[in-house]
Amino acid sequence: MTKLNLLVALVLMTLAPVFSATTATAQQGPLRIEITEGVIEPLPFAVPTFQAETGSAGAIAEEISRVIAADLSGTGLFREIPSSAFIANVTNFASPIQYADWKAVNAQALITGAVSEQGGQINVKFRVYDVFSGTELGQGLQYTGTTDGVRRIAHKVADTVYSRITGETGYFDSRVVFVSESGPKNARRKQLAVMDYDGANVKYLTDSESLLLAPRFSKSGDRVLYTSYETGQPQIYVLEVGSAQRRALGTGGGNMAFSPRFSPDGNGLIFSLEQGGNSEIYRMDLNGGGLVQLTNSPAIDTAPSFSPDGSRIVFESDRSGTQQIYVMSANGGEPQRISFGPGRYGTPVWSPRGDLIAFTKQNAGRFHIGVMRTDGSEERLLTASFLDEGPTWAPNGRVIMFTRESQGAEGAPGLYSVDISGRNLRRVPTPDAASDPSWGPLQN
Amino acid sequence: MKKTTIALLMIGAVALSACSRDRYNSATDGANNSGVAGSVNDPTSTAYFNQTIGDRVLFMVDQSTLSPQAQGILDQQAQWLNSNTAYSAIIEGHADEQGTREYNVALGARRASSVQSYLIERGVAPGRLKTVSYGKERPLAICSDESCYQQNRRAVTVLTTGAGT
Repeated sequence: MTKLNLLVALVLMTLAPVFSATTATAQQGPLRIEITEGVIEPLPFAVPTFQAETGSAGAIAEEISRVIAADLSGTGLFREIPSSAFIANVTNFASPIQYADWKAVNAQALITGAVSEQGGQINVKFRVYDVFSGTELGQGLQYTGTTDGVRRIAHKVADTVYSRITGETGYFDSRVVFVSESGPKNARRKQLAVMDYDGANVKYLTDSESLLLAPRFSKSGDRVLYTSYETGQPQIYVLEVGSAQRRALGTGGGNMAFSPRFSPDGNGLIFSLEQGGNSEIYRMDLNGGGLVQLTNSPAIDTAPSFSPDGSRIVFESDRSGTQQIYVMSANGGEPQRISFGPGRYGTPVWSPRGDLIAFTKQNAGRFHIGVMRTDGSEERLLTASFLDEGPTWAPNGRVIMFTRESQGAEGAPGLYSVDISGRNLRRVPTPDAASDPSWGPLQN
Repeated sequence: MKKTTIALLMIGAVALSACSRDRYNSATDGANNSGVAGSVNDPTSTAYFNQTIGDRVLFMVDQSTLSPQAQGILDQQAQWLNSNTAYSAIIEGHADEQGTREYNVALGARRASSVQSYLIERGVAPGRLKTVSYGKERPLAICSDESCYQQNRRAVTVLTTGAGT
C-alpha cells in the first residue's frame, strides 16, 4: 500500500519506450518517479535548510538548499513543500529522522544536509530519505568545492537526488552557450555568452563588434564552434571556453561558411559551405585538413547534426522544394528523407540518447519545436508560437532548450526550455535578449 | 515616406562609420557606400545608383528568382556599373524573419548569387562583384507582417570603390 502511494507515474505521451532503459538501471527502493505513462503528479519533497557546521557556512547552506530545491522543482517532476508548512525541523544532520514529522506534511522525499566552510573550502554532506517507507535512499554522500563554486556543488547534489529518484542521469550541473543580444531589431548586436543551465553565472566570451550566429558546444564542453562576420563574410571560428581564445578555421576561403557542428570525438566538424548561391555540407578536421564534400545537390543543404555514435548525419535540405529533414551516412551518400508531415522542417538535432531527433517545424504561419524518431515516425510537436526555433538537448535527453522570438517591431528573442513530454515550458532567465542556445555536457 | 527612411538610414550609417569600425556590415543597406553619395541628379554618383536606379531588388517568399521588375532594375544597375568602372559592388542577400536562422543565411546567399549572375550576364566583370548573405539578421523594416517582410526579402547592390576589395 505504501509502495503504491509512493509510485508517482508521469505522462510521457507515446514516448514510454524511450525510457525503458531507465527502468532497467533504476535504483533499488520504493521511492521512484517512474517516467512512463500515467498521471502527472509532481512528487512532493522537503529540503530543510542544510545545517551550517561552521560559523561562516550559514549563508552558503541557505544558498545551496535553495538551489537544490529550485533544480528539482524546475523539472516539473517534483514539488517543494515550503518550510512554512514544516511542523518540525532537522536540527542535527547525524540524528535519526523523525519520519512522522515529514509524513504529516506529505513530504515523500526528504533531503537533509550539512555544510562546513574553512579557508574558502566548502564541504557538503547530504542524505535522501523515502519518508513513507521510513528508509534512506542510497547512502550519504559529500561534495567539496570552493566558495566560488557554491551553485555547482548544489547542482551536483540535486543531480544525485534526481538520479536516485528517477533512475536517470541529471542535467543540473551543466552549462549552455548562447548568443546574447542587444539593440534594436534592425541593428541587433550579438555576443557569445555561456551560463549555467538555469541562467546563473553568465560570462561573455566575445565582444559584440561582429555579427555572430549559432554557437555549438563540443561534447566535452571545452570548446565552441560558431559563425562570425568578423571578416565581412560569414566564417567559422572555434573558441576555447576557458580562455575565450578563438581562431578562424579558414574553411570558407572567399565563400560563406556557416552552420558548424562538432563531430562526437571533437576532432572534426561538419558545416555548410556556399558556392555560387548553393550550400552543401562538408566535413573537415579541426586542424584544417581532410575537407570532404558530403552532399551534392542544387539545393540548400544545411543545419547538420551527428548521431551520438558518429555514424550518421541528420540535416535539412530543400531539394524536394521545401525544407525537409534527411539522414545520411557520416561519409555522405544518398540521404533518406524522414520528415513527411505538412509544413517545413529544419534545424534537426540528434538527441544524446540517440533515439530522437528534435527539429523546428513551420506550418500555417506558426513555428513549433518537435521531436520524432530517427526514422521520422512518431512526430510530436512540443511547442507553438510566432517563432520558435533551434532546439538543443539537455545532456540526459529529457529536456529541450530553444529560442522563442516575440512578434512585432519590439520583438526580441529569449530562451525557453520544455520537457520532451511537451510539459513544463519555462523561460530561462538571461540578462538581455538571447538566442541560439547550445546545451553542453554534464560537468565532471 | 520611403525617401525619409533612406535618408535617415544614411545619416545613421555615416554616424556609425565615423565612430567605430563597425564590422557588422555594410548591412545598413547601401550605407557602407562611403559617405560621399553625391547628388541624385548626377548620373555618375552613388546616390543616383542607390535612389534613381534603385540599389535593391525584392523577392517572393522563400524564392530567389528575379521578377521582371527586378530584372529591369538590374539591367540599369549593370549599365551603370559598365559605365562607372571605378566601382565594384558587394551584393547583400537578405531574408525575412519567417524562417530558421541558418536556412535564411543560405537563402540570402541564393538571392545574392542570383543578382550576381544576372549582372555578370549583362556584362559586369565577375571580379567586380562579391556576395554576402545576412540571412534574417538585418531586417530593414521591423514589423512582423507582410508589409515589412516584403521589404526585407531583398538583395542590395552596395557600391564600393576600388577593385573588389
